[in-house]
Amino acid sequence: MNQAMNQAIDKARVWRLGADIDTDVLAPGAFMKHGLEVIGWHCLEAVRADFAPGVKAGDVIVAGPNFGIGSSREQAAGVLHHLGVAAVIAPSFSGLYFRNAFNLGLLLLTCPRATEIEEAERISVQFEPGADTPAVVRANGARLPCAPIPDFLRDMVQAGGLLPLLQQQRRKVADGH
Amino acid sequence: MSPAHVSGGSAPSRPPQTLAQKLIARAAGRDHVQVGEVVTCAVDLAMFHDSSGPRRLKPMLEALGAEIWDRHKVVLVLDHYVPAQDADAQQIVQITRETARQWQLPHVIDSEGICHVVLPERGHLAPGMFCVGGDSHSPTGGAFGAYMFGIGATEMLGVCVTGQIWVQVPRTLCMHWSGRLAPGVSAKDMMLHMVGRFGMNGGQYQAVEFAGEAVTALSMSERMTLSNMSAEMGAQAGLIAADETTVAHLHRCGVPEDRLHDALHWRGDEGAAQERFGFDASGLSPQVAAPHSPANVHPVGDMAEVVPTIAYIGACTGAKLEDLRAAATVLRGHKVATGVQLLVAPASAREQAQAEQEGTMQVLREAGASVLGNSCGACAGYGATFGEGATVISSTARNFKGRMGPASVQVYLASPYTVAASALRGRITDPREVLA
Repeated sequence: MNQAMNQAIDKARVWRLGADIDTDVLAPGAFMKHGLEVIGWHCLEAVRADFAPGVKAGDVIVAGPNFGIGSSREQAAGVLHHLGVAAVIAPSFSGLYFRNAFNLGLLLLTCPRATEIEEAERISVQFEPGADTPAVVRANGARLPCAPIPDFLRDMVQAGGLLPLLQQQRRKVADGH
Repeated sequence: MSPAHVSGGSAPSRPPQTLAQKLIARAAGRDHVQVGEVVTCAVDLAMFHDSSGPRRLKPMLEALGAEIWDRHKVVLVLDHYVPAQDADAQQIVQITRETARQWQLPHVIDSEGICHVVLPERGHLAPGMFCVGGDSHSPTGGAFGAYMFGIGATEMLGVCVTGQIWVQVPRTLCMHWSGRLAPGVSAKDMMLHMVGRFGMNGGQYQAVEFAGEAVTALSMSERMTLSNMSAEMGAQAGLIAADETTVAHLHRCGVPEDRLHDALHWRGDEGAAQERFGFDASGLSPQVAAPHSPANVHPVGDMAEVVPTIAYIGACTGAKLEDLRAAATVLRGHKVATGVQLLVAPASAREQAQAEQEGTMQVLREAGASVLGNSCGACAGYGATFGEGATVISSTARNFKGRMGPASVQVYLASPYTVAASALRGRITDPREVLA
């Protein structure tokens, strides 16, 4: 299962992808009739056939610019959460994909220097207490700053996505808080 | 949200606002909004379809024990899995129809066309509205002066439960087109040119606004193509301020007068801060996006060696009435070349009926077209797609590797004029040569 932001991303294995990874390669249309398990078998197969069979819970994806361009199909974000990907780190994301990912509890980190990171490298993500700017720490100790994440989106990822967050809110209302 | 806050439109303290800012401020119950701030907006209309809709929303609503906030503000369209190609698709369609009955949705459009085309056609959109759609081409609604953008199913759940959504107020990128398009050059060529220039994420999830003489001269059908493919530029919304053309069109779509009386008021203020990019429509040649990206754009003349096996006129982007007419203009009295299969999937049943009545469909059939159902068809890649090794010239919006068939399929995106001219000559062809 996905590691939310409150669980550490510590020496996570990197799967390195290129630029312009689109939704249709993450969640191929031919399998959209099915659930995330089936979509998961085919996730990224057109660009990295070793990803779906090899990815392990807690791994991270590091990609080039424009990750998640294309369709509104949120399965393109949900499938990575389903496969246990702890975060996607890229210089830029599709805006629509960005919303979908946080709604599904998948952490995205906008990191201008992400492409310096190498395949199979072990990286960590640090959230400094009191600071809203996360950073990626490379295996060689280099620190790559990331764009800040607004509090309400951090809360959403921490809750595991929008659905659990709405459930929490409705329980609070029902309990009279 | 207090109405008193909305009325202070001409207060001297209000900074000049773009159209995007005005639409968002209205929905947020604010006098004005600042670029970059995050605001919560009331949703006037939520559209979803058979893929993003009930099959995903129903289990989540049940898990929450919640109901739809206002079913009169929801439009459900069955367009992705119809006609059902197999048992799995049939099941999705069945769940969608059963759920629509259970929720007593008053606005259901079933197998009568593609959501982005039938939504305005049935009078659901008007200038000033704030709308969301469960589909990435939802910016199409911007052609009618509405702020409309695409969201995923889980975010749609949030809208269905609360009637609200957050938005970060975007900057506005104004695409100003002077001059007039030459015959045989269309809105699709303008859009491919812009996607090629700015890239697939060049819109940076900001608001794009299309303006200038060349845009004003376009029909609503053509304006919809611009707003539709704002998605391929990575913009959140693709707006065109309403004018007389918009109002006359919406009257014909049955939008009542009381929803149109302030239509022309929805435009950006003089002096509102925006980034402006200038283009000359009169110098534009037909454009083609080569595999496998809508941003891989070249002038049509560079593609003359490409020999298509399939010419596809389809999708919300490229099979509206004007698109069918454009193809017919090129094909009238001719047959497509040997070795090319011409497929036409009109974007809506009503528009197809109009095209039948005026003889446009007959021209296409006589040229050799096979006419397919009024649905997303091969464009979405969810059902019937193209076979191994096909080379396709297509009026659709996306040519990602593997989207419309196996990875071996090569898809070239172009205008309906160019698709028709290429079908006629058996190689990618500048439609101006045929029309001359």
